[in-house]
Amino acid sequence: MNRIEVRDLRVAYGDREVLHGVSFDLREKEILAIIGPAQSGKTSILRCLNRTLDFSPDARVSGAITVDGQLLDRHTDVEALRRKVGMVAPLPVGLPLSIYDNVAFAPRCAGISGRAELDATVEQCLRRAVLWDEVKDRLTISGTKLSGGQQQRLTLARALSHRPGILCLDEFSIAIDPVTTMRIEEVLRELRPELSIILVTNLTQQAKRLADRTMFLLKGEIVELADNGVIFSATPGDRRTFDYVNGKFG
Amino acid sequence: MWRRWRKLKEAFIEALIRLCGISATIFVVGIFLFVCREAFPLRHNPDFHLTEFFLSIQWYPTSEITKRYGVLAMIAGTFSVTLLSMLMAAPLGLGAAIYISEFCAPRPREILKVLVELLAAIPSVVWGFAGLTITSRLIVRFTSADVGVNLLNGAVLLALMSVPIIVSLAEDAFKAVPDSYREAAIALGATRWQTTWRVLLPAARNGLTAAVLLGFGRAIGETMAVLMASGHAITIPHSVLDPVRTLTANIAAELGEAPAESTHYQVLFLTGVLLFLITFVVNLSAGLVIRRERRS
Amino acid sequence: MNRFATTPLVQAKLRQEALASYAALGMLVCILLPLFGMVGDLVWQAAPSLTWQFLTTAPTHGMREGGVRPAFIGTLYLVTISLAVATPIGVLAAVYLTEYAQDTWFNRAVNIAVLNLAGVPSIVHALFGLGAFVYAAQLGYSILSASLTLAIMTMPVIIASTREALLSVPRSYREACWNLGASRWQTIRAIVLPNALSGILTGVILQVSRAAGETAPIMFTGAVFYKAIQPGTLLPYALDEQCMALSMHLYTLSTQTPGVAASIPNATAVLLLGLVFLVNSAAIGLRTFLRSRGK
Repeated sequence: MNRIEVRDLRVAYGDREVLHGVSFDLREKEILAIIGPAQSGKTSILRCLNRTLDFSPDARVSGAITVDGQLLDRHTDVEALRRKVGMVAPLPVGLPLSIYDNVAFAPRCAGISGRAELDATVEQCLRRAVLWDEVKDRLTISGTKLSGGQQQRLTLARALSHRPGILCLDEFSIAIDPVTTMRIEEVLRELRPELSIILVTNLTQQAKRLADRTMFLLKGEIVELADNGVIFSATPGDRRTFDYVNGKFG
Repeated sequence: MWRRWRKLKEAFIEALIRLCGISATIFVVGIFLFVCREAFPLRHNPDFHLTEFFLSIQWYPTSEITKRYGVLAMIAGTFSVTLLSMLMAAPLGLGAAIYISEFCAPRPREILKVLVELLAAIPSVVWGFAGLTITSRLIVRFTSADVGVNLLNGAVLLALMSVPIIVSLAEDAFKAVPDSYREAAIALGATRWQTTWRVLLPAARNGLTAAVLLGFGRAIGETMAVLMASGHAITIPHSVLDPVRTLTANIAAELGEAPAESTHYQVLFLTGVLLFLITFVVNLSAGLVIRRERRS
Repeated sequence: MNRFATTPLVQAKLRQEALASYAALGMLVCILLPLFGMVGDLVWQAAPSLTWQFLTTAPTHGMREGGVRPAFIGTLYLVTISLAVATPIGVLAAVYLTEYAQDTWFNRAVNIAVLNLAGVPSIVHALFGLGAFVYAAQLGYSILSASLTLAIMTMPVIIASTREALLSVPRSYREACWNLGASRWQTIRAIVLPNALSGILTGVILQVSRAAGETAPIMFTGAVFYKAIQPGTLLPYALDEQCMALSMHLYTLSTQTPGVAASIPNATAVLLLGLVFLVNSAAIGLRTFLRSRGK
């Protein structure tokens, strides 16, 4: 069964349409990479999936999105949806709270208050984001005091803290060092058996390394969506895919 | 169950916030409508003519025989006091801001900024009192004036009251100029003064204009200081040593004696509308100047 | 030979630099000298009356002798009630305008109107207070009318400073919270308000000193020249009574009371100044403390 089904999704900011009818599925326990040059609408797709586009007053959305068989509409419990669809933003954001409170934030918002349960969640999420060993002795210091790479792993830990079934990462490596990038990629590989992951990336090599399938988005339209073996072969379905993957434009 | 309770609580809080937002807006915007409404009956009043209001210097609101409601002398008083004060406050304020932001070392800078902030906090009634007791004596001693409460006294007080606003806003405007401009100018061999004069002043032009405009807005609406220290004569001043009465001082002096719903009372409210419009336009244009800068 | 020997051109440049620096400093001195001169003169003149009794006794002999206790307590009343009304409404209104209101032309207009109303002259608020609270709402000349007038006067400034404090919290914090499934209110409560708190508090405290110093808005709505109060009680006024106030007292003493000893109005002015400076220093201190802690 597909975790997410997107049909004919169109997004416009004011008069400017940035997504011109996009349709795709996210399968159970796969990593789907979305590649494409800047301004091609990648982030807008993610913001539709967890409905944070609601906060942009001039955005208009049409089309149908189904998450775990439920159609998103006006009556959707958006907070529950956002807990189901975890999100990691491009720039690391350590909330101005202690490291512990950063990770316990989402469970608390969802109404969990038991100390033991929170402790367990915090430790588990920090471990999965390979941050635990670095911060286990100073969980009370502010999340803003960590380095950029640590903050991005903290963001990942936070995104895992509400046990999402789907995880979206939006160009997570844009502001961090290569070592941290490799570590987070390792984490994603470990998570693949449990989660469905959408990976928006500007690094085609990252998509090649990690993804099962890759979608090439250009100017708000899907050029090609296929298994990695096809996309990164010498003969993908579309000439433009080959050019982009091999650095001829973009 | 818990989730339902939480949603209910949040809906309540959001409703409260919305209510506060809307009521504060209504209150704050309602001031103008209310003050207008109190002045509105003048439309049908045979004793009152709008042309007389603006063009006559005769103000006899309590006369038994011929009531006259002309505020031209007060308008002249307001603008003469305010413009004279700006002639003093604008150069002083900008010069002080240049010193604080460009020539001063960081540690004294913080102290100076605190002093300017304290200067801004002095209540206008204290300024008025100082005008009666200190500046009026100085004016009598150093000029040919017989009485110290006059246009000059009021203007000096207003200048001192509006200067902190000008200094702090102008300082902000200088701070908003990117340091790369300063570095570029210094790399070309400019001294600090040349940098300030040729680079910073043009770059911060809009912010400085807004600073002076807002200082002007503060001065024009000031009441107690001019009420106490600028004399009380309803005449068009011919020299800086003549006593004047401003629009604000006129309201403050006479509102207590004007019976509710009387023509006198309504004319005072109309004066309030006039003041409101003047300050609103001044502040609005300062805001527009700043916004134009942000956009470019 | 010194290769960096000064040429006439460089000397002229340095002279100009020094001249400009001294001119700017001179302008600053022109501003600060009156501050020190005035405060010094007031304190000097007030010295004979600056005693503890001045604060704890009522005026006597037609206000020509005695202290300012009723005026001092009246000012505390007015400030407390007006800020108690203006702060919650103003802060929540700012939360509404920055966090909830959609970016429509109407809301933009409301924003501009509210921000510009911070600059409306206090005498216009006096007119409004007299017409709206004293006459229309039939509260009469009372502490309540005067406090509400002050509340209306301070509210736009509180809204403006709160709004600025809220806007200084980065949008990325809000987005991170929304991504975690926090509702709007949970985000505001957990992240936005705590981070804006120092700015909000500073703005409110500055309005305390403004409300304490204003004269025009209370002159026609509830402050009187003289009112006898019971000695020894902490809360001598009822809300529907008129009261004395320090600012009004100073105005009355200096313009309407002939034959008063110079030290009494001077001491009143010093007391008012002291109050205002104390409150503002508290605001500045709080701001510095919270800023240093935040970094």
